[in-house]
Amino acid sequence: MSSPSPTAGTTPRLRLAGIRKVYPTVVANDGIDLTVEPGEIHAVLGENGAGKSTLMKIIYGVTRPSAGEIHWEGERVEVANPARARALGIGMVFQHFSLFETLTVAENVALALPGRPPLAELTQRIAEVSEHYGLPVDPRRHVHALSVGERQRVEIIRCLLQNPRLLIMDEPTSVLTPQAVRRLFDTLRMLSVEGCSILYISHKLDEIQELCHTATVLRGGRVTGHCKPAEETPQSMARLMIGKDLPVCEHGPAATGGEARLQLSGLSHASDDPFGTDLRDIHLDVHAGEIVGIAGVSGNGQQELLRAISGEERIAEKFPVRIGGVEAGRLNAAQRRRLGLCFVPEERLGRGAVPSMSLADNAVLTAARNAGLVRGGFLSFARARRFAAECIERFDVRSGGPRAAAKSLSGGNLQKFIVGREVLQTPRLLVCAQPTWGVDVGAAAFIRQALIDLRNRGCAVLVISEELDELFEICDRIAVIAKGRLSPARPVAETSVEDIGVWMSGLWPGAEPLPAEVADAAA
Amino acid sequence: MLRLEARAEPSRLMSWCSPLLAAVLTLLAGMIIFWLLGKDPLQGLRYFLIHPVKDLYGVSELLLKATPLMLCAIGLAVGFRANVWNIGAEGQFMLGAVGATGVALYFAESDSALILPAMVVAGAAAGAAWAAIPALLKTRFNANEILVSLMLVYVAQLSVSWLVFGPWRDPMGFGFPQTAMFHDAALLPAVLEGTRLHLGFGFALAALAAGYVFINRSYTGFKMRVAGEAAEAARYAGFSARRVIWIGLLTGGAAAGVAGMAEVAGPMGQLTDKISFGYGFAAIIVAFVGRLSAPGIFLASLLMALLFIGGEQVQQYMNLPSSISMVFQGLLLFFLLGSDVFIHYRLRFGRAGA
Repeated sequence: MSSPSPTAGTTPRLRLAGIRKVYPTVVANDGIDLTVEPGEIHAVLGENGAGKSTLMKIIYGVTRPSAGEIHWEGERVEVANPARARALGIGMVFQHFSLFETLTVAENVALALPGRPPLAELTQRIAEVSEHYGLPVDPRRHVHALSVGERQRVEIIRCLLQNPRLLIMDEPTSVLTPQAVRRLFDTLRMLSVEGCSILYISHKLDEIQELCHTATVLRGGRVTGHCKPAEETPQSMARLMIGKDLPVCEHGPAATGGEARLQLSGLSHASDDPFGTDLRDIHLDVHAGEIVGIAGVSGNGQQELLRAISGEERIAEKFPVRIGGVEAGRLNAAQRRRLGLCFVPEERLGRGAVPSMSLADNAVLTAARNAGLVRGGFLSFARARRFAAECIERFDVRSGGPRAAAKSLSGGNLQKFIVGREVLQTPRLLVCAQPTWGVDVGAAAFIRQALIDLRNRGCAVLVISEELDELFEICDRIAVIAKGRLSPARPVAETSVEDIGVWMSGLWPGAEPLPAEVADAAA
Repeated sequence: MLRLEARAEPSRLMSWCSPLLAAVLTLLAGMIIFWLLGKDPLQGLRYFLIHPVKDLYGVSELLLKATPLMLCAIGLAVGFRANVWNIGAEGQFMLGAVGATGVALYFAESDSALILPAMVVAGAAAGAAWAAIPALLKTRFNANEILVSLMLVYVAQLSVSWLVFGPWRDPMGFGFPQTAMFHDAALLPAVLEGTRLHLGFGFALAALAAGYVFINRSYTGFKMRVAGEAAEAARYAGFSARRVIWIGLLTGGAAAGVAGMAEVAGPMGQLTDKISFGYGFAAIIVAFVGRLSAPGIFLASLLMALLFIGGEQVQQYMNLPSSISMVFQGLLLFFLLGSDVFIHYRLRFGRAGA
């Protein structure tokens, strides 16, 4: 399970007292107390918007608290900026990496260190650290050629070179394969044994249970509980986190023999982005009445595949994308919608919704035709408001009503609105990217159930997600995308998280052997 | 200590107060300029603001001056809403004047009632055609429409000069660079007896109404707004980016072309090489002061027309240089951009924190 608990009676590594942070419209942190002992792996647990990230930014000196005290190894300190935090011995690995893609690993690390360390010596030290902690990465390689897992290792090594005594990790596993998660946990346990404290931010309860010694639960900017994860179950921690029991999805067997609503046959497309992923010879059928999931580590062609299916990116030929039997490769997004396609994109603000426009206007954005919100070339405001109101009610969108601007909603509520808008159009084919990314547990369960209900009514559903658990919960068949190639889709009952994890490195039965370097990078 | 603090969301109130604040600041700065030039500031303001509108004739002149501004600005607003930056309304205005003049001169012998409608169509078509050049280059080669439309202004100006110095010069005009005066059938009728205010003002009001309906009520206008607010969302919804560019530029070009037509068929009665007083450029300021909305543009073009006429008045009565009205236009835009900061930020006193 976990390494022995830290010894009591010593000076705490970090102690926060009454931390409060007020933004113009919200109180992000409200009187938070937190104590981290030396060598302790301490989880900070909470739904989105609970104030976890704000608290970490305060500790790392990115933002300053409105009130409250920070004590570092027994002494009161002011953490004015991240440089000060690093000088104290605090390191942080952000959810979104800050690496220069065109530089090598060693160059990226050098940029973060004080002074001008000679590169040759640094390369040597990186190699030592990476050896010692089991974080294999070649210091001479360019960052753009690294997988997401490797990039995270670079970020961690960069922190470790400064010998931190507290390492903050913000949602570190959201981008990793299950195998890479194992290796990361081994590294973190080793650091803990050597006396480094770790603050581990996550909403994945099973991981916290496995890794962490203690946990502090936040809800609405306040501490609502403490626990020892080893003595809890994911269900009991979820109750602490959301204040009620977690709803469970009802699934039921898939209908068989539905017609193919989406057919990808030999879809290849070169990405415009020099660091994008080219799609290579993708084959996939999605039938009426089933949910097909595509797993994979982000950056392996998901964005490109979604754009090629949605019509935001037109491809060179007509035949590789067929929607409802019609060759659609050259059609734009609006024309494909007329074939019964609805689509929930990954980004909500600015792509799935226009931030400054009202929810009623955002209903018009994609439902104009299917819900009759435009009459004779003119907007029908009354109909748009009614459609938005129905969506708000049926999908429990917490908002100021149809006239509220899209940007005034929290991420999870906007996601519910967008999913609702697409689902209410009764699509024949729904394509959904990261349906519950950044959405709190309660809303996530609701959205999953909505997708399952849609499938039960005979819609074909394609879900692309990085959350394996989610895919296993809702999908009938699962395929894996790696380096722009797609594996065959397997029925969920005939596969396992471990198998899919291996496939995520691009190694599935019958896969073309990849160049050694590529296979390594995907690991 | 003063500091700016970001607002949680842009202030709607401030977005309408900002133009008023800018107008007040422009007047204050104007008074300081009068004072520095050794003139009585209050006297200056009287000539600038009150004198031009002291009687019905003055008001009619103000509306006459506002007519091309309204037409150009509402056309530009349609494009600006969609982030299509047509800076060349001045050139499109001149081409509209050229198109209308061509019809008037070609049918100089005819008394047909169809001449005026034909001139309107020709003016709109010529303005739109001029704006089609940046649209084509933008959609084909991704050429920046700001540069292309701006540079075409100078091409338009030189073309007008060539026409009035060359093939279209009035043989009876003692060599002046101007065409023959239009005959009655090619002149817009006056709408107010005893003034120069003509039917073109009616065109401007109609254009404002049409612009309002198009921007706020039509599905195409909705698509334009989405394209301007969030290009990725427009792509996601399947709105054609090319169509947005074409509509934005052609609308602006056609409206400016009609304004050019109304100028030659209205107060000018002929084409000269000084056909525009910078209406096309001033309309950019009008569009922004009017918050890219039809009612706002109506008010802003009256204000801008007042600055034009007021400038002429102080030149006449106070011996100030004519460039004073350009100074006022510049001040207005400067203060507007400055005041707009307060839409997104609020002013706070005291130290940061808490």
